[in-house]
Amino acid sequence: MANSSSTDVKVLGAWPSPFVIRVRIALNIKSVKYEFLEETLGSKSQLLLQSNPVYKKIPVLIHGGKSISESLIIVQYIDEVWNSGPSILHSDPYDRAIERFWAAYVDDKLFPSMKLINTAQGEEKAAIVEQAIEGLVLLEEAFQKSSKGKAFFGGDRIGFLDIAFGSMLGWLRAIEKMGGVKLLDEAKTPGLVQWAECFCADGAVKGIIPDTEKLVEFAKILVKMKGAPLGKN
Amino acid sequence: MADDQVILLDYWVSVFGMRVRIALAEKEIKYESREEDLLGNKSDLLLKMNPIYKKIPVLIHNGKPVCESLIIVQYIDEIWNDRSPLLPSEPYQRAQARFWADFVDKKVAPRGVLWKKGEEQEAAKNELVETFKILEGELGDKPYFGGETFGFVDISLVTFSCWFHAFEMFGKFSMKAEFPKITEWAKRCMQRESVAKSLQDPKKVDEFVVEYRKKSLGLE
Repeated sequence: MANSSSTDVKVLGAWPSPFVIRVRIALNIKSVKYEFLEETLGSKSQLLLQSNPVYKKIPVLIHGGKSISESLIIVQYIDEVWNSGPSILHSDPYDRAIERFWAAYVDDKLFPSMKLINTAQGEEKAAIVEQAIEGLVLLEEAFQKSSKGKAFFGGDRIGFLDIAFGSMLGWLRAIEKMGGVKLLDEAKTPGLVQWAECFCADGAVKGIIPDTEKLVEFAKILVKMKGAPLGKN
Repeated sequence: MADDQVILLDYWVSVFGMRVRIALAEKEIKYESREEDLLGNKSDLLLKMNPIYKKIPVLIHNGKPVCESLIIVQYIDEIWNDRSPLLPSEPYQRAQARFWADFVDKKVAPRGVLWKKGEEQEAAKNELVETFKILEGELGDKPYFGGETFGFVDISLVTFSCWFHAFEMFGKFSMKAEFPKITEWAKRCMQRESVAKSLQDPKKVDEFVVEYRKKSLGLE
């Protein structure tokens, strides 16, 4: 399975999507070449509708003609198929349960609360920002426990939770800029501040997370299109 | 494995708790079940073991907590990997199993048809019916969602079967008439001891739903 031709692996996605970013980082970790098929904003390709009929959303991984959807499920698939490459999930079942828990937390609680910051105003905004920061403080604690003094949630190398959360860093920065707020800071989340730097500098990640400016511009386009930035992805 | 200490923090009518009960029963794991008084006071142990969500189920294995039912079921499958596999061994099949279990969580679990009223309830009912149409199609003529053997997707969905009558009551539709394959599948699953022992009596579920709507949501 290690040496598929690049046409064998396709990723349906879009450059701003943090969920797509997860898949690309995972494939990079495994040194898997793939064809990146970019969806056009505002329309869905036939291939997308065919390969993800249930949700009609990106990312979709198409491997040897078979499609896999849902970013965290795709990352686990990549880890299991290309198992001669560096491992993405922990080898211990308990550690895997913990990283799955926190990855789900990022999707179910953290990212939604971050998105709300954009549309909130005044007192409501302050409350939402506080909630997001509280969530990040919980992740800081998880980081301290999980990294055991190393650079990443996964230890010496990027792992599942690094990918799940790190993929959000572009939008986290963009939301900080657009909202005039600080989410990750030295005082409350020192470990994560350093982790974010290490993550973004990693070979598998470089070039995949869009510049903050580009995302801010993109958010403006989304507002014009749908009336709300970071609407349904 | 004989020295393993396994505790499950549970709640009698919880579909999520039931998933873990089924998984533990499939693997024939001895465990201590502790009932939480969710509508009253949550135990100190629950608050300590799941401080983030303060919810059940929580599996406490040799003192260490695992939270979130589908994560727990995968954990059980990975630790007790010498018997009754719950997930397929092939990566693509595993991805499909995870996808459909996650679909159940996203689309069936919210049960808006029970907890809302008026237009919101109608919308939730329509979404639930669409969801079951998709599941009916996905099941097709297979005995189980995974194919020939009972597995992860079946576990994720079958716990809702004791809630089907409540869905029918409040959604005003018939599971059997609209979704005959799922209805047959649920009966087939109930023939397994692990499922029969873990699910709640549908009459008691109905009573719970009516009671909960009244007391906690202020709905008739």
